[in-house]
Amino acid sequence: MKRARRLPNPTKPKYSIKKDIKMNWQLYLMAAPAMILLFIFGYMMDFGAIMAFQDLDYNKGLFTSPWVWFDNFEYLFAGTTIWRVTRNTVFYNLAFMAVNTVTSIGLALIINEMTSKKFSKIIQTILIMPFFLSMVVVSIIVYAFLAYNSGFLNNIIMKLGIEKQNWYKMPEAWPYFIVFINMWKNVGFSSITYTAIISGIPQEYYEASTIDGASRWQQCWRITLPQMKTIIAIGLINSLSAIMSSDFDLFYVITKNEGALYSTTQVLSTYTYNALRSMSNLGMTAAAGLYVSFIGMCLVLLSNYVVKKIDPDSAMF
Amino acid sequence: MKVKKKKSRLISNQIKPSTNFVINIFMTILAIGTIFPLLLCFMISISSQQSISDVGYTIFPKEISFIAYEYLIKAGQNMWRAYGNTIFYATFGTVLSLFVMSMFAYVLSRKQLRWRYALALYTYCTALFGGGLAAAYILTTRVLRIDDTIWVFIIPGLVSPFNVIMLRTFVQSSIPDSLVESAKLDGASEFQIYLRIILPLFKAGLATIGLFGVIGRWNDWFTAVLYVRNQKLWPIMTLLQQIERSMSMLKEGTPAAATAEGIRMLSQMPSESTRIAIMMFAILPLLIAYPFFQQYFVKGMTVGSVKG
Repeated sequence: MKRARRLPNPTKPKYSIKKDIKMNWQLYLMAAPAMILLFIFGYMMDFGAIMAFQDLDYNKGLFTSPWVWFDNFEYLFAGTTIWRVTRNTVFYNLAFMAVNTVTSIGLALIINEMTSKKFSKIIQTILIMPFFLSMVVVSIIVYAFLAYNSGFLNNIIMKLGIEKQNWYKMPEAWPYFIVFINMWKNVGFSSITYTAIISGIPQEYYEASTIDGASRWQQCWRITLPQMKTIIAIGLINSLSAIMSSDFDLFYVITKNEGALYSTTQVLSTYTYNALRSMSNLGMTAAAGLYVSFIGMCLVLLSNYVVKKIDPDSAMF
Repeated sequence: MKVKKKKSRLISNQIKPSTNFVINIFMTILAIGTIFPLLLCFMISISSQQSISDVGYTIFPKEISFIAYEYLIKAGQNMWRAYGNTIFYATFGTVLSLFVMSMFAYVLSRKQLRWRYALALYTYCTALFGGGLAAAYILTTRVLRIDDTIWVFIIPGLVSPFNVIMLRTFVQSSIPDSLVESAKLDGASEFQIYLRIILPLFKAGLATIGLFGVIGRWNDWFTAVLYVRNQKLWPIMTLLQQIERSMSMLKEGTPAAATAEGIRMLSQMPSESTRIAIMMFAILPLLIAYPFFQQYFVKGMTVGSVKG
């Protein structure tokens, strides 16, 4: 599909714009609703990003608020919070990438080894399930484990003779909790792609290597993993391109937006939301949003360029 | 003997039975571990208040009581309304979104259009850059002024550029041009072709995207927190999230609060188990439907990953 677009298209019509509209007005009419919606929620919203350069007054609106150019950014980057929040975002994403890639590939490899296909289907179905739960539901589940007075975790450590902990006031423990929760929620779902790739590897490779005396373990290292190289690389590049984005629900609802945990759990998306909620400085909030969007866009373009080099079919555009 | 054993494994290309046994045990433990949190929550929802204060949240409560569910069924009108709202937003929003997106995807796939690539580029570009939360807030509340209405749940999520491109690829790869051309010769209009020919052939693609649409809308709690002050419009997930702060959400303005019996019931409502009972209700449709729809999206994902 991508290749075809670069070549001159033999079926491309040669007639004039007027004739094109006259002939295809029905099609343009059918495209209109989606195009209008994309205009409003794509372009108009992007245009709204200019308020990062204004001293925005909510009541005055976008066109009458005074321009302050880069003051909002100066104010934003002068504080220490934005750096801490950026650091949190980047480190969490790196941790998610490492943990989720390794566990989901491991899971796919094990599922592939299971002799009973029916049993492996059932197991996979169960492991995918958490992916579909709302974060609000997950937050209640997490609370059932971590609550101070009756939480499951405190129950257990008290039985072991350790004093119970107030987890929602312990920022140092949360990076582990969040990485674990994220893994629990996503590992089954991300393993789907890998199991599909593994089942697509030609059986002849395995048969030939078995004749040469390769053990199952060797086959895994020498055949399966090398065959998955491209898809793993592309997956990693795509997650790198999203390194500035952060799952708002995960960091906001699960931590109950607990101020005591901000030092290790506040990320760019929750920071922006909390700033917006307090309505203290709309311009600065927009500046933070623009900072994330801009770096995000550059990373997406860059990663798309790299992916195109590796495997043109997997590139987004 | 050894050679023979190897040969039999060669044909089936499988691991040793003992290894397989270990793997099966490991995976079973993993699966139980994955659903254990839900099981724990269910047990909390049927624990009595006394049991919770005595032994805390546990898989084996001292005393089982279905009182939380009883309260919700008798006096939980606020929850049921939120539930109805969720069902409406999820189904209506998804159907409308599938309609708009698939119509657009069909147009994008037509080779006769002069501005086909321009339109595709127009769609791609919106996916690249986001205006940010502040811009979205101003747009919704100041420009469109759809905050505090049901439209804020429906309209903003209607068109996703990624899904449009996915659907277009699907039409291009699975529906031959000749089919459309022959229908045209028979005098069908473009809209008729879309409705009668494309949509029925589209089912598999629409089902996968629709499934994610329904689940995404079902799980959404944030829209209402940001834009909707009228609690009567809240979906179930927002109610659930806000209930964490106070149970009053469930009690204020319910018809049950008008009667003496209702007031007594509401005042005795066990907050911890009730909260989790609401959560159980909220995920019940997912848990029931999940085993059935699971195979569809696995198929959809697999097709997507092969095609890229």
